[in-house]
Amino acid sequence: MATPLDDSLARCRTLLETPLAEVAGGWKCAHPGGSVIGCFPVYTPAELIHASGALPLGVLGAGNQVEIAHADARFQSFVCSIVKSTLELGLTSRLDGVDAMVFHSICDPARNLASVFKRNFPGVPVFYLHLPQNMGARAVEYLDAEYRRFLAGLAELNGRAATADDLRSSLALFDTWRALVRGLYRVRAGSPEKLSAAECYALVRAGTLMPVEEHAALLGAALPALEARPARPKDRIRVVLEGSFCEQPPLELIERLEEAGCYLVDDDFLLGWRFFGQDVGAGSGDPVRALAEAYVDASVYSGIKHDLREPKAKHLLDKVRALRADAVVILAAKFCEPALFDYALYRKALDEARIPHLFLEFEEKAWVFDRLRSEVETFVESMLFA
Amino acid sequence: MGRYQDRMHLLQKDMMARYYAELQVSAEGGGEKAAYMLVSGNPVELVRAFGLLPVFPEVNALQLAVKKQALPFIQKAEELGYSIDNCAYVKADIGCYLSGRKTPLGEIPRPSLILCNYVGCNVYLQWFEHLAEYDPTPIFNLDIPFTRLDHGEPAAEDVAYVVRQLEDLVAVCEGLTGRALDEARLRRVVELSAETGELWSQVKALTRRRPSPFDAYFDSVTMMAPLYCLRGTEECRDFFRAAVDELTERADAGQGPLPEERFRIVVEGPPPWPYLRTFRDMFSRWGAVAVASTYSTVGGLWEFGFRHDPDKPLESIARHMLQWNLTNRNFLQRYDQIRRYVEEWEADALVIHSVKSCRLFSAGQGDMREYFTKELGVPTLLVESDLQDPRYFSEAQMKNRVDAFFESLSHRRAVTGAAS
Ligand code: SF4
Ligand code: SF4
Repeated sequence: MATPLDDSLARCRTLLETPLAEVAGGWKCAHPGGSVIGCFPVYTPAELIHASGALPLGVLGAGNQVEIAHADARFQSFVCSIVKSTLELGLTSRLDGVDAMVFHSICDPARNLASVFKRNFPGVPVFYLHLPQNMGARAVEYLDAEYRRFLAGLAELNGRAATADDLRSSLALFDTWRALVRGLYRVRAGSPEKLSAAECYALVRAGTLMPVEEHAALLGAALPALEARPARPKDRIRVVLEGSFCEQPPLELIERLEEAGCYLVDDDFLLGWRFFGQDVGAGSGDPVRALAEAYVDASVYSGIKHDLREPKAKHLLDKVRALRADAVVILAAKFCEPALFDYALYRKALDEARIPHLFLEFEEKAWVFDRLRSEVETFVESMLFA
Repeated sequence: MGRYQDRMHLLQKDMMARYYAELQVSAEGGGEKAAYMLVSGNPVELVRAFGLLPVFPEVNALQLAVKKQALPFIQKAEELGYSIDNCAYVKADIGCYLSGRKTPLGEIPRPSLILCNYVGCNVYLQWFEHLAEYDPTPIFNLDIPFTRLDHGEPAAEDVAYVVRQLEDLVAVCEGLTGRALDEARLRRVVELSAETGELWSQVKALTRRRPSPFDAYFDSVTMMAPLYCLRGTEECRDFFRAAVDELTERADAGQGPLPEERFRIVVEGPPPWPYLRTFRDMFSRWGAVAVASTYSTVGGLWEFGFRHDPDKPLESIARHMLQWNLTNRNFLQRYDQIRRYVEEWEADALVIHSVKSCRLFSAGQGDMREYFTKELGVPTLLVESDLQDPRYFSEAQMKNRVDAFFESLSHRRAVTGAAS
């Protein structure tokens, strides 16, 4: 008999397979006059969109659902897949119902994609956020202005400006929601047998496709059910996965990785939606400022943010130790320069700390995972039986 | 380019040799402290005002490529975990850095300051972050907000943000050199940059003439090294004065780089450094001369009117970084820049050299081709290779594509010529 948890999981999986245009259309039916803002990864301040009365919708490429037939004439073979598949979604009318897109200064291809979108879809406004790279007080001040400009653009689009109270309650709501997402990851870290990485992924990814209120309710119900879920721990190694912060691996690949003999006790999938390890907490202060401060001082480390106050590899090592992980798997999207560059430093740090690690590359559009699976199997065996 | 270019070439060679000799002295522990920085929209004026020696790893990397010495360094970096798909400038530089920093032009000093002027290219951030990890050195990320507003100008807050960071950087340089900023010196350096910018834009205007007195792609690179490494010095200003004089003489005398100018082209994208000569010959044999190039504007875009302002030194350095260079402008602004070149420099065609290493340049150039051919009706050729990695140059294939393109242009010209 299907439990309520199974129902939630099934609902999430169905949503993941629903075309974006349908998701956008469905929301708009329920919210006449509302607009849907497509958010390219990695991080978008979704609170600002929510407070403006719009729906922040994750536009994370087309996975292995859509064949790239047009976009590869625009972006070369040596550009990551998500850039092409996201453009393909647009060129094949699969983003109908998305009223505007948000891109950011995460990497060179994504930056050019913002321009290509603008030219090819003149009716769809493109917001481009330059997220700061000189972390400190100057950056907070700058980002505060950048967010206010974004808010002004949203106000123009929606015909209504978010008030300070709207912003504060959106911040509070997203804080609650992120705490629930962290709850899922606590289950993964504490008893990974109760929630597979693929299930966890589907649960979180659904949150990029539905209103935050609904998703918070869904997670709120799922969490206690998970805790109570009967499951026997398997003999698997504990692995921290790193490198999939932007382009997303297919769900099947995530499944295969775990089946190959490991528990992914933490990962950086959908990282932008999990960008803060603690509450932003606007309190009675200025909410926009609070969000800008959180980006600069309280966001997670990542390949697209270069915070020189502490080496990136140190965060990875800290995470491995805190989670008592046995190994690290770097799962980088093919042609993703930020992830590929990071690997060189991670590898050095992991070698020095004598933490076993495995480097893998994936493409979102892949269908066959045998080779990756057997690489992981070999790796796991070398650890279990060495 | 005959006698005249030989003169400029000699001047340039002398200057660059002196520059590399300074680097050598610094590497040996004498002379000035080195500040590593990046070419795109570089704030070399500030570094010069402190008497620091600017070092551009990109320039060193391309020298390695030109001298065909880059590959072992690239491979060394790949052994350390860098990917075959990472920008090869970075790999060549890191490989070389970790092998003792010896280049064909001399030894490169270790940095006293790693100044990451993040102007457009995100790879820059990782490159310098990595250098600072391999060889712990004070590092400063100078964060330049990308051009993203419809009017194409930076927001007032962007300018303020950059100026404040420059003020912070001044404090860092003061700490490093033990000297307070000499404001008169900064003014003077900025003034020299303004004069150099003026002369450089005069040089670039000369290619509007028929025939163009020099090749705005292949010959511009001779002028780019001094423009970045030595801008803000009298020597550099004087070099550009000599360049204007000589190239004006050539233009007046109706002399071009080739015996006959048959096609005027605009070139987009960096050159394939390891095969520069081969690549150039592919175009020369068709009488194709570049009258404009985007690559020559990565460090600064002066030909549309920008000049540094000695009365507002920091603000004008900020504006240069924010707005007046190719790399910090968005892709559509680049389309517009090329469109202007095609129209105002009266070009017959656009050639896009799509390089794998540099996605800042290349990602999306298929869309660019679409725009120029379909929307504007400009014949466009797109060829692929790399700027640094010799493994990506396939000569025969490239030559076929170039030949086919110019054949069809010739044919088209013959047909329209006959028709009119
Ligand atoms: S996958 Fe990597 S390279 Fe591609 S858009 Fe994302 S961050 Fe950029
Ligand atoms: S990506 Fe391009 S601009 Fe950036 S470091 Fe490489 S060659 Fe230079």
